[in-house]
Amino acid sequence: MTPVWILRLQHRAMLALRRPRFDLPLLGGLVLLALVGLVTQYSASDLNATQAWNQTFRLLLGATLLVMVSRIPPGTLRNWTPWLFAGSVGLLVLVALLGEGRGAHRWLDLRFVRFQPSELVKLTMPMMVAWYLHQRPLPPSWTTLGVVAVMIAVPAGLVAEQPDLGTALLIMAAGLFVVFLAGLSWWRIGFIVGSVAGAAPIAWHFLHEYQRNRVRMLLDPDSDPLGLGWHIIQSKIAVGSGGLWGKGWHAGTQSRLEFLPEHTTDFILSVYAEEWGLVGVLLLLALYAFIIGRSLWIAANARDTYSRLLAGALAMSFFVYVLVNGGMIAGILPVVGVPLPLMSYGGTSAVSILASFGVLMSIHAHRRRVAG
Amino acid sequence: MRLRPLKDSRQEASLFLYRAVAGFLIILVALGVLGARFWWLQVVQHDEFQARSDANRILTRPLAPSRGLIYDRNGVLLAENVAAFRLEVVPEQVADMDALLAGLRDTIGLTEDDVERFAALRKGKRSYQSVPLRVKLSEEEIARFEINRWRFRGVDVVPYLTRYYPRGVEFGHLVGYVGRIDANDLSRLDAARYAGTSHAGKTGIERAYEDVLHGEPGYELVEVNADRRPLRVLERVAPVPGKNIYLTIDTRVQDAAMEAFAGRPGASVAIDPRNGEVLAMVSVPSFDPNLFVNGISRGDYKALLDSPGKPLLDRALRGTYMPGSTIKPFMAAAGLELGLRRPGDVVYSSGEFFIPGQKRGYRDIRAGGHGRVDLVESIAQSVNTYYYALALEMGIDRLTESLGRFGFGKPTGIDLIGESSGVLPSRDWKRGRFNQAWYPGETVIAGIGQGYWVVTPLQLASGVATLAARGIPQRPHLLYATQAGVSDPLQKRPPDPPRASLFRDPSTWSAVHDGMVAVVNGPTGTARTLGEGFPYPIAGKTGTAERYSRTTEAWQHISQVAAERHQVLFECYTPADDARIAIIVALEAGRAGGRDAAPIARRMLDAWLLGETPPPVSPIPAPAAEATP
Repeated sequence: MTPVWILRLQHRAMLALRRPRFDLPLLGGLVLLALVGLVTQYSASDLNATQAWNQTFRLLLGATLLVMVSRIPPGTLRNWTPWLFAGSVGLLVLVALLGEGRGAHRWLDLRFVRFQPSELVKLTMPMMVAWYLHQRPLPPSWTTLGVVAVMIAVPAGLVAEQPDLGTALLIMAAGLFVVFLAGLSWWRIGFIVGSVAGAAPIAWHFLHEYQRNRVRMLLDPDSDPLGLGWHIIQSKIAVGSGGLWGKGWHAGTQSRLEFLPEHTTDFILSVYAEEWGLVGVLLLLALYAFIIGRSLWIAANARDTYSRLLAGALAMSFFVYVLVNGGMIAGILPVVGVPLPLMSYGGTSAVSILASFGVLMSIHAHRRRVAG
Repeated sequence: MRLRPLKDSRQEASLFLYRAVAGFLIILVALGVLGARFWWLQVVQHDEFQARSDANRILTRPLAPSRGLIYDRNGVLLAENVAAFRLEVVPEQVADMDALLAGLRDTIGLTEDDVERFAALRKGKRSYQSVPLRVKLSEEEIARFEINRWRFRGVDVVPYLTRYYPRGVEFGHLVGYVGRIDANDLSRLDAARYAGTSHAGKTGIERAYEDVLHGEPGYELVEVNADRRPLRVLERVAPVPGKNIYLTIDTRVQDAAMEAFAGRPGASVAIDPRNGEVLAMVSVPSFDPNLFVNGISRGDYKALLDSPGKPLLDRALRGTYMPGSTIKPFMAAAGLELGLRRPGDVVYSSGEFFIPGQKRGYRDIRAGGHGRVDLVESIAQSVNTYYYALALEMGIDRLTESLGRFGFGKPTGIDLIGESSGVLPSRDWKRGRFNQAWYPGETVIAGIGQGYWVVTPLQLASGVATLAARGIPQRPHLLYATQAGVSDPLQKRPPDPPRASLFRDPSTWSAVHDGMVAVVNGPTGTARTLGEGFPYPIAGKTGTAERYSRTTEAWQHISQVAAERHQVLFECYTPADDARIAIIVALEAGRAGGRDAAPIARRMLDAWLLGETPPPVSPIPAPAAEATP
C-alpha cells in the first residue's frame, strides 16, 4: 500500500505540472540570465570563488523571496498596496532623518541587515499608481493625473535628495509606465514629455556638481582622462576591443589589469562585452528582450486592471534598468549608478528584482482562465 | 454623493493590450539602438579600441611615505622605522600550497598564527599579488631560506620598513602603536592618501598625530605586461615623509617614575604648570607596543587581557581614582574665594563631625581630633572636620561650580584620544545616574574627596598645575614641536592664548600654598620627610582612601595586609613659589599617601632636577648627613 502522503504529493505534483504556478519560459529566462551573470562575475573578480559564492547566496535569497511573493494572490497584494506604499515612503523619510552611507544617505541599518528603502519604493511605486488607477475610469483624466503626479513626485523627490538621481529617475519611470499602460492619450503624453524637456534647463540648476560633471563627461570624456572621464573611456576601450567574437572567457585584459573600475558591479557589462564580443552582447540583449516580452505577455493575460498595470509597469521598469546600464557602458548615457539586472554584483538589486518577478509569477498564476 | 463614471473593463483590457504592444515595440527599437551602438564600438571602431587596449599597459602605483619619528623633548628616540625582511608568497606561482607551507615550516619555522594570517590576507588579494607569510625574519632564517630557495618557487624575501619602539613597555600607552589598517580605520582615513600605506596609528600619540606622522604619498607610473608584471618605471613622484614629532616628555622623569613604581599598579602625570607641557605620563603595568605592530599573536593578546593588573588600561588617561584628601587644597581655595573662610579662621576638630540634627558621625583621621586648626594646619594635617564643615556651608551647588573650574568632571583636552571625564559630584549628575535627590551627607563627604568623586590622574595633575601656577589654567599637551626632516629646524607648538587666573584674590593662592608647603616642610605635615635634601621647597598634599567599605567581605580579607589596604595619592609642585613641575602619583594599593606615593614623586623630582640649572642659593639648607657623603 502506498502511504497516503505520497499519494497526496503525487496529486499535487500532477496538478503543478498541469497548471504550474510559475511561468516556465520566464523562469527559464531568469535562471539562464543568473547563470550568465555568475559566470561573468567569476571571471570579473579574477576567479575569486568567495565573490561568486556571495552572489550565488544573494541570488538564492532573491529566489526564496520570489517564491514567497508568488504565493501572495494579486488581490491580497492590491489590498495591502496603500499600506506598503505608505510604509516604504515612511522609511525614506526615516533615512533622510538618520540614514548612513558615504556622502549619500541611502542606507538604513537594521543591525542584522542594511538596506536601501529606495529599492523597496521601486516596487511599491508602480503598485500604488496601479492601485489608484484601477478604481478610476481609464484612460485617466487630468485630475487623476494630478494626484498620480503628487504620488510619484514625493518619493522621487526624497530619493533625489539622498542624493541618488539615478534611482529617483527609475522610481519616476516605474510610476509613469503605469500611466502609459493605463492608456493615457498620445497627445497628452506628448504634452508631458514636451514640458519635461522644456523644464530640463531648470532642472540642471538643481543637480549636484558631480551629477553635472557626469553629463559633461559624456559629451567629452577625453577632457579628463584620469578623473571622471576615466570610467567612460575605459569602458569603451573594453567594449570596443572585444570585437565581434570577444577575447574569450577570463581573457579580457581591461578588467584583469584593473583599468576598469567597478568592473564587478555597475560595469559588469563591459567585462562581458570584452570577453564575449558583439555576438555575446546581442544574445544577452535578446535574452533581456525575451524576459521583458514574456512579462508583458503575462500582463496582457492578467485577471484584472490592477494586476495588468502592475505587471506591465514592472516589465517596463526592468527594461529601463537594462537600457540605462547598457547605454552607460556603451557611452551614450551618463554614468549613473544603475546595476545591470541579475548580472551586477550586489545584493539589494538582485533581491528586489527577483521580488518583482515574484509579483509577476503570482499574477501569472491567477491569470484569466480563458486566455491561451 | 457624486457618481463615479462606470468602468468598462473590456475596453480597458483592449486599451492595455494596445499599449503593451506599443510599449514592447518601443523597447525593441531601444534595444536595437543599443545593439547598433555596440556594433559601432565592437565592429566598426574595433581596430582603434584594440590598439588603445594594447597601449593600456600603464598602471599607477602608490608609494607610501615613510612615517615620522617620535622623540622626547631632549631628542631621545621613542619610535623609529627599522629595516626588516619578510617572506612573501605569490599564490599563482605555487603548485601545491600545503606542501610549500610544510616545507617552509621545516626550514625556517612557521607558527599557527603565521599560517592563519596568511590565509586571511590571501582572501583579499588577487592570485598574482604577493602575500606576506612571515614577518621579521632573522639573519639566520634568511640564510637558511636562501640555501633552500630552489625548493620554493613563488616565495621571496622582501625588505620593508617596520615601526620599532626602542623604549617598549615604558611608553606603551603614551606613544601607543601602529597596526595594520583594518575596516575600522578605513572609515576614518582618506583612502587616496593611504593607498600604499599598510599601517596606521591605533593608539596614543601614534593615533592622535596620525595626520602629522603619515606624510603625503607619491606614485609611480609603471608599464606592465599582459600579466601585470612591471616592465619599467615611466615616471616617479616621490612621497613626502611624515613629520617627526618631539614630545614634551622628559624621558628621565618618565624613567624614574617607571622604576619607582616597580610594577605596582598606578599612574603618574607630571606637568609644567607654566605652559601645560606634560613632562611624564606613566601607567603601570604597561605592555610592549612592539607586539602589536605586525599583528599580536593570540596567545600574547590573551595574556595581556587576562593579566590581573590590566596592562592595556591607560590609567593616567582613563584610570578612575577617588581623589580623597588631595581635593582639600581645592576645597580650601573655593572656600576662600567664596568668602566662607579667611585664612586665620579656626575650626575645632573633636574627632567626629555631625550634621546638625543627624545622628551619623563623620570621623577625623586622628581619633580624638586635631583640636583647633586654621587653614594651613587643616591642609598640613589633613583635617577632615574642617572640610566637612566647609562643604556643608558651601552646599553642593557652589561646590560643584567652584571645583568644576579646576577642570574636574570634564576632559582636560589633552592631545590624546579616549580621555575619561571622571565624576564631579553634583545634583544633576546624581539625578542623571541614579534618578535620586541629593542628600546633605553626600555634600559632607564630597568635601573630603569621597562619595561620588572620580578623577583621572591627568585631571588631578592638571588641577594641581593650575593651583601651582597661581590659579592660571593651562591645557595639558604632549606636542612639543614638529620637524619636517632630520636636519630641519624644530617648529615649536604655538602657545595657547593666555588665560586669566581662577583666583580673584591673590591671597587665596598664598594661603593654600602655605598649607601645601607645610604638608612637606611643616612639623605636622603628612609628607614630612619628602623634601629632605631637595634644593627647592616642595608644596604637596597626600590622599589616602580606603579601597573597600569597612563592611564588605573584601575589606575583611584585605585589612590584614597594611600595604594593600588603601588607594594612595600624592600631589605636589616645586619650586614652591615659582612652580615649574607639578606631579600627581596614584597607587592603587598602599598604606598611606605620604608613605608610598610621595617617594615616587620625589624620585621623579630628582630626575627632573637633572635637566634644571641648579638654583644659585639653596633656600632650604640640606641636612648634614646628606651634604657629606
